[in-house]
Amino acid sequence: MNIPDDLLYTESHEWIKREGDKIRVGITDHAQSELTDVVYVELPKMDRQANAKEAIAVVESVKAASDIYAPVKGTVIEVNKALEADPGLINREPFGQGWLFVLKIDNADDLKNLKDAAAYKKQIGG
Amino acid sequence: MTEPAQKKTPLYDEHVKHGAKMVPFAGWLMPVQYASIVEEHQTVRKNVGIFDISHMGQLIVDGNDARGWLNTMLTNNIDKLDVGQGQYTFLLTERGGIIDDLIAYRIGDEKFLLVVNASCTDQDLDWLSKHRRGDVKIDNRSTNFGGVAIQGPKVAELFVNLPARNHIVDLDLDGMPISMARTGYTGEDGVEVFFRASDAVKFWNMVLEKGKDLGIKACGLGARDTLRLEMCYPLNGSDLSPERNPIEAGLGIFVDLTKPNFTGRDVLLKTKENGPREKLVPFKMNDKVPPPRPHYSVFENGERIGEVTSGTLSPSLNWGVGMAYVNAQNTKIGSKIEIEIRGQKFPATIEKKPLYKKS
Repeated sequence: MNIPDDLLYTESHEWIKREGDKIRVGITDHAQSELTDVVYVELPKMDRQANAKEAIAVVESVKAASDIYAPVKGTVIEVNKALEADPGLINREPFGQGWLFVLKIDNADDLKNLKDAAAYKKQIGG
Repeated sequence: MTEPAQKKTPLYDEHVKHGAKMVPFAGWLMPVQYASIVEEHQTVRKNVGIFDISHMGQLIVDGNDARGWLNTMLTNNIDKLDVGQGQYTFLLTERGGIIDDLIAYRIGDEKFLLVVNASCTDQDLDWLSKHRRGDVKIDNRSTNFGGVAIQGPKVAELFVNLPARNHIVDLDLDGMPISMARTGYTGEDGVEVFFRASDAVKFWNMVLEKGKDLGIKACGLGARDTLRLEMCYPLNGSDLSPERNPIEAGLGIFVDLTKPNFTGRDVLLKTKENGPREKLVPFKMNDKVPPPRPHYSVFENGERIGEVTSGTLSPSLNWGVGMAYVNAQNTKIGSKIEIEIRGQKFPATIEKKPLYKKS
């Protein structure tokens, strides 16, 4: 299972890539393999403000709908429109073209609450 | 409360070896998928797939009074079956509610094989035993037997001399005594094969080997569910329950009301006369929107008229489809309805069965 070292992670299987005062968010390789066959993605609205652990997107597989959470407090400033036409990007490139949204974060210190790759690997028993 | 231990089918190790994702289902650890539900689904539509159905219950009803008695317990008319023939039928409560849907095969003059839902095996056995009359023996052979469904248009290239549709034959295959029925739950040509649990691994691997050139794939419960839903075949526990009767479920053709006596008959006669209050209907979303799911509310002209019981994204149509119980006056084919998904209403249309037709 791929768990890039340069990313941060949540218990709910989002990955976080820091880009200055912004973070890019997607779901992990482990999460996409558990869901499999993503068939629909509901992206958050632009400019939406979200608190940490607030459900702001939905990823649907053939079998079920799963909430995706804001990893920290912030504002949605970009969403991956490509997923509307091709939700399978999440399965094929979970850490690349399958990203979900970008948040402008309120406080960079919040990122300290997230897991590093080693801690996430331990969580999923890898 | 602790969960009771999940049972393993005789094919459990094969599934794990194959990389299946195993999930608890009706008291069993079953493969929900191997690599991809969508791929497994397409394999069955285009080529051929094999499913473990060893979790399903197998009851043998035997004895001089077996036929007459069983005909009072089941809705369809087993007098119409020749030896070697099977039919889809229901086991009902006195109130006409569905305990189980099953296939009854006549395997002797007064001997029947009932293939029942895994989650209902014990309950069915209790019910039948409690109502047993005359010279009738009921034997639960579920644990000593395994089974697979082999489904898809290429199944006829795997076996010679397939039985006729809805018929069952006993065969010897490479030293394994098996029963093969031309039945299934996918809408494709196919067979369901039953064998001794001790032969399960050998049979499973033999079929996978034989089917290699045909593109055979092992398929899980995920694909089984999407395949059956495209055909509008009901799933007990989702679309059927003791609160619903076969007429409400739109399955009245599997009920023979001309039979003088069977459990639930009086209630069904009344339902037929007065018309059901609610009916199970298939529907299709109008636009590319989130897939419908069980328990979503159904609306018409702003009024709540029912609830979704099965829903998914149909892999064949790449479109959201489902089945819902709605008020009987709202069931016309072509009617515009709305499905509420996460607080938002999305337009859908009531369709004719099946939702997927082979082109």
